This record gives sequence, structure tokens and C-alpha cells, in this order.
Amino acid sequence: MRAFTQHKGLVAPMDRSNVDTDMIIPKQFLKSIKRTGFGPNLFDELRYLDEGKPDQDSSKRPLNPDFVLNQPRYEGASVLLARSNFGCGSSREHAPWALDDYGFRVVIAPSFADIFYNNCFKNGLLPIVLEEKNVDKLFQEAEAAEGYQLTVDLVGKTVTTPSGESFGFDVDDFRRHCLLNGLDDIGVTLEDAGQIKSYEDQRRKTAPWLFGSAE
Amino acid sequence: MAGKTLYDKLWDDHLVKQRDDGSALIYIDRQLLHEVTSPQAFEGLRLANRKPWRIDANLATPDHNVPTTDRDKGIDGIVDPVSRIQVETLDKNCDEFGILEFKIKDQRQGIVHVIGPEQGATLPGMTIVCGDSHTSTHGAFGCLAHGIGTSEVEHVLATQCLVQKKMKNMLVKVNGQLGKGVTGKDVVLAVIGKIGTAGGNGHAIEFGGEAIQNLSMEGRMTICNMAIEAGARVGMVAVDGTTIDYVKGRPFSPEGETWDAAVKYWRTLHSDTDAVFDKVVELDGEAILPQVSWGTSPEMVADITGNVPDPEKEQDPIKREGIERALKYMGLQPNQAITDIKLDRVFIGSCTNSRIEDLREAAGVVKGRKVAAGLKQAMVVPGSGLVKAQAEAEGLDKIFIEAGLEWRDPGCSMCLAMNADKLGQGEHCASTSNRNFEGRQGFGGRTHLVSPAMAAAAAVTGHFVDVRELLN
Repeated sequence: MRAFTQHKGLVAPMDRSNVDTDMIIPKQFLKSIKRTGFGPNLFDELRYLDEGKPDQDSSKRPLNPDFVLNQPRYEGASVLLARSNFGCGSSREHAPWALDDYGFRVVIAPSFADIFYNNCFKNGLLPIVLEEKNVDKLFQEAEAAEGYQLTVDLVGKTVTTPSGESFGFDVDDFRRHCLLNGLDDIGVTLEDAGQIKSYEDQRRKTAPWLFGSAE
Repeated sequence: MAGKTLYDKLWDDHLVKQRDDGSALIYIDRQLLHEVTSPQAFEGLRLANRKPWRIDANLATPDHNVPTTDRDKGIDGIVDPVSRIQVETLDKNCDEFGILEFKIKDQRQGIVHVIGPEQGATLPGMTIVCGDSHTSTHGAFGCLAHGIGTSEVEHVLATQCLVQKKMKNMLVKVNGQLGKGVTGKDVVLAVIGKIGTAGGNGHAIEFGGEAIQNLSMEGRMTICNMAIEAGARVGMVAVDGTTIDYVKGRPFSPEGETWDAAVKYWRTLHSDTDAVFDKVVELDGEAILPQVSWGTSPEMVADITGNVPDPEKEQDPIKREGIERALKYMGLQPNQAITDIKLDRVFIGSCTNSRIEDLREAAGVVKGRKVAAGLKQAMVVPGSGLVKAQAEAEGLDKIFIEAGLEWRDPGCSMCLAMNADKLGQGEHCASTSNRNFEGRQGFGGRTHLVSPAMAAAAAVTGHFVDVRELLN
């Protein structure tokens, strides 16, 4: 996995709560058997005026001029500023894959849906929870100043604005450790293979019905 | 010391290792696999040269992409070449790694969350995961079950464990008896309407109270299925006689002495009377009416006797904007009566409501009636080949067909429209599925979530109607 330590990037404010994973990447694009290539279809139904189809050249499709990512000032944005309960709905990891493929490295919101939040960490994408009033402030600043950038530091767990104002954020130690070091967490878990095996052996004795197969 | 909740017990029994940093390794008893969220996980295993940890813990079936017609054609019946590749990839991966798969022509094929319980592959007290958020369904059996992403599917394949942090405990208690025509679906929609789509974030929800205890396993599965729509990855119901009766005699269920030992353990799978929950929500079951969603989020629900809300009356500016946006997308007017919403299509199916009891309820309503003239389509999609066979043995298929509904082959179908079954732009659908997000059932489609009985009532009238008026 790609490591994440520090990132400075242009902010795109998406002023809408409860953005669900169907909205982030609609189902017709889930038919791919790859992890890459979802970027052109990120927010497909909001971004384009026509109906998106797999294997289509999205560069020729009519854009929705009202959608935030279609505004020239947000071109190249890598920090997505969002509202509460971002990523609700399905467990599709295609949602963080699409955000990543588009070029986002950080999503900041007052709250995230649990599965989406978890999936981000597996892909080097950092979801950051900030208090609602601070998110409000960032929205105001990002909308007011063209070229507004934020600096995110996972080592110090801070988000810093261009004026030097800094907001601290919390992140689980284990997730932070994996992200900072770009660790493959399957490899980390397999370091405990002996303990998994002995748990399993014990359970085979105490709960043998868990190890049965169909008649 | 306070007693343990059901969630505490399941967590403790599956804890392999508690790490100093607060994370824990949790053992997974069962993984269900389907074609959409598994290909990249198998590919990851291959790239890292890893093997599955425990092959017999996995059970697979294609469900999201499968057509609901011409099943006898098998894979050749999948017209969309991209969908077909995904199903073929699942077949190849399961063959390569030796994982049991109910393939497209197998009568046991169906929606993963229907076939797990049907086969007894879902047993009380298990930890169950699947790359699908509606895995919470299996919590109806007193399981710790939740959806995971594809990286975690790979993690479970490789290690039989997940790295987890313990969630908080939440109790949703539904007191009293449910009224006539009020089902598990109405209960869970009412719960989501009350606590919101983020109400359960960070929590494992246990559903309890008299109304839940009186529900069948099908009703409990419907409720746990939609815990995720309230933001909770996990929904659970305590084990009781209803659970154990359901499990007995299924292909994966234990027998003889092992069965007796299992039942003894399963009987302990309930929250202790002195257990403490971080959050408790209570609802009066008698006050719950048949529900209809009017908006683009499962929390946007109303009683069948109610009206579409008026955004002018909403004080919170973000919520007001949300209501305005939803009404625009749905093509509805503020204060419009729910019963005035006209429908184009009706869909009875999905992992929420495609089990035999759901089909019986719907058939009970349409029996002797006809699909309304204005409707473009009304379809019934059973949750599995075995549900289909059972329904046909009971003559339900004939009731549906005589009433003018289409009787289809099993799969996820129009719940998320990954196969050929979808809504046209602007069409209103009474749907027994779980999500009314924009575009969920087709580009520009308008979904209204309801129970099977309410969907059936809508099918024969062409608009929403209080199903209690049609019941004898």
C-alpha cells in the first residue's frame, strides 16, 4: 500500500450531506474486475448530464457545469471537503478506489459511514473527521479563496490552513501506523499466525459445529 | 460488574488477540462471497502468492449480475459481456481455490444473504462477513455479521481474521404488538425514520422487545438487513426458540450430540438482564403504521396515512436543502398525500424481502386481484432457487401470474439494477428493497421503499394504498 505521511493539496468543497457510495461510483461501474480506472466515473451521475456506461470514453461526455469538480478552479483538487455521513450505503471499495484514481488523497468531513471510513485506510486515502464548526469554517474559506490549499500531516495529526490555523484530528494508532509505513496489513496479521492457529484448534474442540460442511 | 450484551459475548468468543493499540484480531467463522466484490481479493491473493487460510469457511454464489429470466441458459443467458466476465471470474476463482460455489444453474443459487440462512451456513453465534453491506442480515441469528470491503475480503481469505476495534452497544427496543398488516419492514423503516441514516454509526445494534421477539426469522432478517441503512454495520437479535427451530435440519446444521451441545451454547446468546448499552432507543410497536419512503434516503419515510413533508417547515438549513433536493429528484410536491403517489413499476425481491414469508404476504394481497392498468411492470424475484421451488409448491407463482405479475428467477435484480432489470428515467417504483438513493434502481429512477404487502397493494391499485384496507 502507498504510504501517507504529509500532503498539501487543492481543496474541493462538496456541500452535500449523506453522500452515498452509489453516488460516489454508480453500480454499472462495479462490473470491473480491476482496482483501477474508476476515476473518470467518480460521482458519475452528478458530474455528467448523460447516463454513464462502462467502457465509454468519458472525456467526450457532456459535463454538468454546476457540479463542483467541473469548475475550473477546482481542477487538480486532491483534498475533498465533505459534509456529514459521507460514504453511507454499500460496502463497495470501488468508492475509495474511484476517489483515489481521480486524484484525491484526503477526505475531510464531520462524520463518515463506518465501512467507507475503514475502506479508505486500505488504499492510502486518509479520511479525517473534524468538528462540524471547523468543517464549516473550511467550507467558507475554500469557497472564498481560489487556489485554497490545506496541508495534512498524519505524523502530527493536524490539518493546517493557508493562514497557519491548525486543527488536530484523531486516528486509530494501528491504522495510522499502517498508513505511515505503507504496510500490507495481511502481512502484519500473519505475524500472529501461531495465535490464530491455536485459537482455531481450541474452537474445533469447544464448538465443532463451526467447522462442519454441508451434508 | 455489569452483565454482557449479546455483542460483548460474540466479541469475546471470537477474540484471537487484543493489541496494545486498541485494535483486535477477530476470528471469522464464515465468509460469503459473490462476484462483484471478490475478484480483486482473489487477484490480491495470487499476486502475493498466498493461499486461503480455511477453504471450508467460505461459501460463494453469483447474485448481483445474474439475469432473472432464461436461467436454463446459465452463463450464456448473461447478455452484458462485462457482467458475464464477472460471473465467470467468480467461477474460475472458486474452482482454482476449491471453494464451494452454488453456480448460476444450481438450484441452491440465490442472493448470498438468503442462501446462508437457508443452508444453515449461517448458524447462531458465528462471526460472518461478506463484501456486501447487507451482511448485517445474518445478525437475526444472534451472529456478529457485517459487510466489509474487498481488501478485507482478501484479508479474511488469507488469515481467517479481521482487524477490528470494538463498536459501541446500542439497543433498539420495539415494545408491544404490531398491528395487522404491519411487518418487519415497516418496523425497520420506522426505526430509521426515527434515528436517521447515521443514527447507528459506530454502534452494533441489538433489536429487542416484544414486537421483535414475536417476529419470524424472516421478519428479523428484514430488520437486521437494514441496520446498515441506520448507519450500523451490525444488527442483531437474541437467540430464542424461533431461531433454533429455523436452523434445525438444514444442510450445514449440526446433528446428534453436536447439535445438543450447540443448542446449549446458543441458548446463552442474549444480552444479560443487567447489561449496559451505550445508547437505547424505544419505539411503541402498536403505533407503527405501514411505511413508505418518499425521498432519496432511507430515513425519508412517512406513514401510509401521512404526507410528503414541506421543506418550508424544516428549521435546519442542511435538512431543508436535503428535502428540497429529494422532492425535486422524486418529482413530488410538498404536502402531497402518500396515497396520491402513482407508480410505474413494482419490484418484490432483494436480500431484504425475497424469502418465502415475504412472497406469501405479497401473494395474500394480490390473490383474486389484477395488476392495475397503468402499471408498466410488476415483478416478483425470489431470493433463491429453493425459495422459488417452495413458492411454486405452494402455488404462489400461479397467484402472481394470474394477477399479472412477472415470476422471475433468483438474484439481486432491480434492487441495484446491475443486471437487465432496471427503472427508466423518472419512473416511480414501489420496491421491497433497501435503498432509495438517487439512481439506485436505474438512471433517474425513483424508488419508494415498502413492505412486500404494501408493494403488492400498490401493484393492484397503481398507487400507494393502506394495505390494511385490502386485508380481510
